Parts: sequence; C-alpha cells; structure tokens
Amino acid sequence: MTILVIAEHNNAELNAATLNTLAAAAAIGGDIDVLVAGEGCSAVADAAAKAAGVSKVLLADNAAYAHQLPENIAALVAELGKGYSHILAAASTNGKNYLPRVAALLDVDQISEIIAVESADTFKRPIYAGNAIATVQSSAAIKVITVRATGFDAVAAEGGSASVEAVSSVQDAGVSSFVGEELAKSDRPELAGAKIVVSGGRGMQNGDNFEMLYKVADKLGAAVGASRAAVDAGFVPNDMQVGQTGKIVAPQLYVAVGISGAIQHLAGMKDSKVIVAINKDEEAPIFQVADYGLVADLFEAVPELESKL
Amino acid sequence: MKILVAVKRVVDYNVKVRVKADNSGVDLANVKMSMNPFCEIAVEEAVRLKEKGVATEIIAVTVGPTAAQEQLRTALALGADRAVLVESAEELSSLAIAKLLKGVVDKEQPQLVILGKQAIDSDNNQTGQMLAALSGYAQGTFASEVAVDGDKVKVTREIDGGLQTVELKLPAIVTTDLRLNEPRYASLPNIMKAKKKPLETLKPEDLGVSTSSTVTTLKVEAPAARSAGIKVKSVDELVDKLKNEAKVI
Repeated sequence: MTILVIAEHNNAELNAATLNTLAAAAAIGGDIDVLVAGEGCSAVADAAAKAAGVSKVLLADNAAYAHQLPENIAALVAELGKGYSHILAAASTNGKNYLPRVAALLDVDQISEIIAVESADTFKRPIYAGNAIATVQSSAAIKVITVRATGFDAVAAEGGSASVEAVSSVQDAGVSSFVGEELAKSDRPELAGAKIVVSGGRGMQNGDNFEMLYKVADKLGAAVGASRAAVDAGFVPNDMQVGQTGKIVAPQLYVAVGISGAIQHLAGMKDSKVIVAINKDEEAPIFQVADYGLVADLFEAVPELESKL
Repeated sequence: MKILVAVKRVVDYNVKVRVKADNSGVDLANVKMSMNPFCEIAVEEAVRLKEKGVATEIIAVTVGPTAAQEQLRTALALGADRAVLVESAEELSSLAIAKLLKGVVDKEQPQLVILGKQAIDSDNNQTGQMLAALSGYAQGTFASEVAVDGDKVKVTREIDGGLQTVELKLPAIVTTDLRLNEPRYASLPNIMKAKKKPLETLKPEDLGVSTSSTVTTLKVEAPAARSAGIKVKSVDELVDKLKNEAKVI
C-alpha cells in the first residue's frame, strides 16, 4: 500500500493542514509520498520532505500549476495517482475543488471530509451538517479521500528526511485561466488552525463593533470568526465564516459572542474543546452546547472581558 | 445559450434530523423535504442570466425518486422552461449522479451547467467537479459572481483566504456558493403556470449509465452528545473558570 498525499500550499509555504492530512495517511498505514504541484514551490517540497513519515516528495514545478487550477492539477494527480492505493488531500477549498475531479477521471467514488480512519478501507465522516456520523467502506481500487484537518492531530513538521524527485509531466488543459485574487490580510493566526477562536454574530450589530472582538482576540492570541448572519450583513468578509458552508474549526477554546447557534453554525464549531457563549438571550440554542454561558449584553461583557484578561 | 441547472430534493435545512435506532441511516419518514438551498441559488442565477438576455432556455434536471418532481416544479415556478427527472429510487453516489448528468448534458448540449456546491444531506461537495471531469469542461466552483462574456465566463470563487477570479472557456460547469445571490420566491400564478410546463422522465438505463457504487455505508450514528455546561454570573467568574477549571487561557 502506498499513499499519495497532495500538499496544500501557496507556492511559498506548506499549509499546516497538510500535516493533519499526513496524520490521516499514517493512520491508514503504508508508504507515504507527497505531491507538491505549483510554480516556484521548491521550498514547499523541502518543507514536505522534513515532515514526519514521508518517504518521497514529488515536485511538479510548472506555470500550469501556479494557481492550482483544477483542470490541470486533477489531470496531473490522476496520471500520477494510478499506482497508489489511496490519494488524500486536505478538505480545504483547493482539495474540495480538484479531488472530486481526480476521482471522476479515475472512475472511482470519492469520500469527503473524513474525521477518523477505522481501517485501510473504512472511514468515518459527518453528514447532515454534522448531525450524523456515517461509517463508510470503500472497495475502490484507488481510494480518493479528503481529510477534515480538525479530525487529526498534525504530524511533526521536522525530523523526516525524504528525497525530492522532480516530475516532468505537464498537464495543461487550456480551458481555464487565473485572472486575479483578493486575499484578506490579517496578523492573527489562521482561523482553521487557531488554538482560540473568538466569533461574532448578528448581535455585533455592525462591522465597527468587531473591533471589540479583535481586542479580545489579540490579548488571547486568537483568530476571529463570524456567523453567516454577520457575513451576510457585511460586518466582516466571508472567509471568516464558521459553519457548514464556511470553515470547520475545533480549537481549544471557542468564544461565541452574539451568536444564536443555528444548526449550520454548530456544524462548524461543535468539536471545540471548550465553548463559551455570551448572549443576552437566555433561550439561545448556543447555550445548549456551551460549557460556560454568560447571559449578558455583549457591549458590556466583551469590553469587561478584555480588561480582565 | 442553453443553461442546465441540477437540483436535489433534500431534507429541509431547518429540520433537526434523527438517526434511526438500527443505525441504518437518518429517519426521513414524515420529514419536510425541500430543494437543497445551494440548488435554489443555482436556479436563481440561471433565471437572472435569462433575464439579462444571456440565456435563452433553462432546463432543470434532477436525479431522484418520483417525489423529486415537486422540486422540479419549484424550479419551473422560479423560471426554468422545462424539466428532466432521471428517476432512481435508491440513493446514488455523487459519481453515479455525475454520470447520469453527463448523459443529460450530452443530450441537451448546454453551454453552462449550474449546480449547488454541495447538498446539505450528504455534504459531499463532489458532483459538479465530477461532471466537469467527465465532460472535459472547465469548472468554476464555490462561485460568488458569474459573468458570461462571449464564449467565456468569468467566475469569482470563494477560497480559504478570500476570493479568486478565474476565466473559463464555455461550455463550463459552475457550482454556487451561498453569496452568489438571494433566491426569489415563486409567486402563486407562476406555481400554477409551472404545472403546465413540460417535465420529461428518464431512467438511468435510457442514458446507458451504470449506477453501481464502490462505497457502502456500514452504519450511521448520532454524534457524541455535547451537554449544556454551566451558566456563569459575571465576567470575573468566566475568566476564573477558563483559567482555573478549563485551563484554556
């Protein structure tokens, strides 16, 4: 059994979610190869070679892979993947974008967002917004799987000494091109990997009031998230959204401020170790999952919390 | 141009589902069913493209049980011109559905296929990408903006760090994110008119597609229950608990 893990990166740095995906691969067992496809991404390949448990790194460095266009990446992965028993990628927007395309090209089913490995062919995954957990078994010759990063503890980023091999194959479908991107800039930790997350909902009333949460977050070294209501109301950009349709987080501490706790929001955060809810509505569903609830006006409680940290 | 929109009948998003006692699945008997929210957004986008004069015909398609006709009628009431039901009683994998949709794409030859990014029941997020692979088309997933320009379509996509814009050659596949648009409600006269619009029924065999799957569900369980904790009275007590009891700050 040999597993191919596709690295998540931005051409400069290896994304931490790759280390969680490697942990899922290690749980399956067998040799693990990592594919780094991008442009000018040799530093990423070097970082991947140092990760624990990696036998070999394949480096596909070409302009065709610069922006992870799925038409090109999927063709490459399907070509390289034929000799592997499993192909894994993080369930990031990139992984979700190209991996089903890989599976269809290989004519196999894909298993999305696994949270546990039972055996080499059996996995657990949440369905219905996390309200049920399905155990699924695959008889496919090549098992194509995306991995929910919060389901697996990352492997060590240092200590490995895999070799790096260049891949010469260039797959350029020529049907799509990259136009541009607008990335949100932040000095705070990345939402998906943060140990503490402070999130605001509709109760924040406007975008300026999020300043209060940023102050608390900065004292805690936390990332700031939001509910869909806060995103739709234009308080904050959509990449801050936590939930079924946004990011899935499982930090040590999740502080929900002015968030009622709809099913779709809980889907994104209910695996957090400790949940704190601050809400003035005593009946809000969020209190049913919160370890510590404070029924209070957030405009008084949040500044007070900040001053006492 | 012709637009194909794929819709799915799923449990209504407000329903708190319950796992069956024998762990064979989720109990869907007597539960309210609706069109998948992401599919509603797909229909709305197609209708807007028709209103802008970009699209000439909208075909709504679904793969599902006979009852899924209701969701096709909804799509027709929202502005689709005709509908195709690929009838299959059993629940199919995303790959099987993508293959059936490919059969419909081959028949209808649309320039643009719009799907939701994921169904809120299986949470797979696969079908659009698989259909794109099978038909060899470009894909614009998680779209929050779609602009057709001649023989190309510009799609702004929601990605982890923000937004990304790609340009795709038509024909292409687009999957919708929640922020693409705000779906309209079907008016009563439109619901009445929708009853007269054509609805064609096909079987998987008609499309020459095998719907077998390599994935079997062994069991479905309720997630570990999380019980309510305690209510604290003040911010001081909260900080104290987090520091000394939970030890997370």
